[in-house]
Amino acid sequence: MPAESLASAPPAAAFDAAAARREFPALAQRVHGHPLVYLDSAATAQKPRAVLEALAGFYREDCANIHRSAHALSERATAGYEAARRQVQQFLGAASEREIVFTRGTTESLNLVAAGYASRLEPGDEVLITGLEHHSNIVPWQLACERSGARLVVAPIDERGEVPLEEFERRLSARTKVVAAAHISNALGTINPIAEFAARAHAVGAVLVVDGAQSAPHLPLDVQALGCDFFAFSGHKNFGPTGIGVLYGRAELLEALPPYQGGGDMIRSVTFEKTTYNDIPYKFEAGTPHIAGAIGLGAALAALTAWDMRAIAAYEHELTAYGLELLGGLRGVRLIGTARRRAGVFSFVVEGVHPHDVGTVLDSRGIAVRAGHHCAQPVMERFGLPATTRASLALYNTRADLDALAEGIGRVQAMFRS
Amino acid sequence: MAELEGLYQELILDHAKRPRNFGPLPGANRRAEGFNRLCGDRLILYLRMEGDVVGDVRFEGAGCAISTASASLLTEALKGKTAAEAEVLFQRFHALVTGDFAAAGDPDELGKLAAFSGVSEFPVRVKCASLPWHTFAAALHGAAAPVSTE
Ligand SMILES: Cc1ncc(COP(=O)(O)O)c(C=O)c1O
Repeated sequence: MPAESLASAPPAAAFDAAAARREFPALAQRVHGHPLVYLDSAATAQKPRAVLEALAGFYREDCANIHRSAHALSERATAGYEAARRQVQQFLGAASEREIVFTRGTTESLNLVAAGYASRLEPGDEVLITGLEHHSNIVPWQLACERSGARLVVAPIDERGEVPLEEFERRLSARTKVVAAAHISNALGTINPIAEFAARAHAVGAVLVVDGAQSAPHLPLDVQALGCDFFAFSGHKNFGPTGIGVLYGRAELLEALPPYQGGGDMIRSVTFEKTTYNDIPYKFEAGTPHIAGAIGLGAALAALTAWDMRAIAAYEHELTAYGLELLGGLRGVRLIGTARRRAGVFSFVVEGVHPHDVGTVLDSRGIAVRAGHHCAQPVMERFGLPATTRASLALYNTRADLDALAEGIGRVQAMFRS
Repeated sequence: MAELEGLYQELILDHAKRPRNFGPLPGANRRAEGFNRLCGDRLILYLRMEGDVVGDVRFEGAGCAISTASASLLTEALKGKTAAEAEVLFQRFHALVTGDFAAAGDPDELGKLAAFSGVSEFPVRVKCASLPWHTFAAALHGAAAPVSTE
């Protein structure tokens, strides 16, 4: 199935956000005397009960190291860890579980790939990124270019916050060895045309590395249909634990990459003269991994699958449209990032009020948003802003949350009216 | 949380909306830049020392209400002070915004700076209030690199 039609294929049943929301205990609390309105899921998502129970269950009953000890607990821990890997494989539509590497998060996944390519890039080679990247998908490539003598090239964004395809194509050539792009911008909400990027990158012989930190929690994924050679995401933004993440890589590419760290589990045999590395994915999993984290992430993916990612995407699409209309209609509020294909990330500026002050006033009403540059300073620079306020949605948000935000913005304006 | 009105006191809102001593300072003999990494705010502080005395002090830059008001009130508080008096005031201001009210001393002696007494209830905003003071200290001591609040 072509990637673009995935999201539009009709879900089996409509998503029941109110029921799903009840699975997230943290959302039931009051903050500063108000019911919590959590609009910061792009920073990290709240966790459903199933994840909390999987974590507690592992530590209570199955806690042991994996792949090592010959006893029942270790067998259970290993089975749980490897079952989580299969769940990730299915969640991403990967061909094999050998293609799933557990990492600490998106940042480590991207560093792993970039460090691997640093040893293979040469002067004259180019790495192409886009103008909307998170620092995590900029700095590792800068380091790789510094080490290898390759050149970092940037396809800029336009005033909507989109990467025009012709700007992207113009910078692509036989020199391009790696293209690295976010699936969804965490600062603007723009959805990049990944399938188009993939086709064009592959046409010049480059690999495509996708930063999926912001897409994995929101879109049905099929890395093969999208044409991703690598795909990175974080457990904690995907309703799972912090400290666990994923790197998907096509098997033959992972096999060709050098190991990232040395240590236990990533080797087959060690003598002082020579070490033989383990097979993928273990070659990239040095040391005792975040076993509980992987199992918790597996529980999060199981919950998402039961809710149906297509149904979640359809629900969020509609909620995003509601938010755009609501915030777009507020006088004195300017939305930053108006891409035509976009996700539920609203960066905005309240005229005459600094984002920090907006954030503080909203927080006093129990509304959690983020104020700052969102680890995307080049994006802020493009729009000539030091910072924005950002409200970001997830499956458990409702129209009432957005109404509370709009009301809160009204309070901000009243307070700072000159 | 503490009351929002405790943070955004009238005096602070007034100075945030109409900062005093805003703009470059011709004849400045010291200058420092302050940078709040968290929000990307930048502040430039100009200082004209006349011997050991703050002859004039002005600032430029864009920041939140707390940092703008803090810079504005700093310029008013420090003009005419000796370097040593300025240092003492900085220490007391810092104590005030971090909630060490004993070390901050008598609010009357802090004058208008006492308006920042609510900041300590908002830990993420402490850096906003103290950035201008750190920047002033850097200008006074002639630090070359921009100071940050980290
Ligand atoms: C687009 C994007 N890429 C990368 C990251 C980094 O993710 P993590 O901090 O979980 O490694 C984030 C998170 O802020 C993000 O939004």
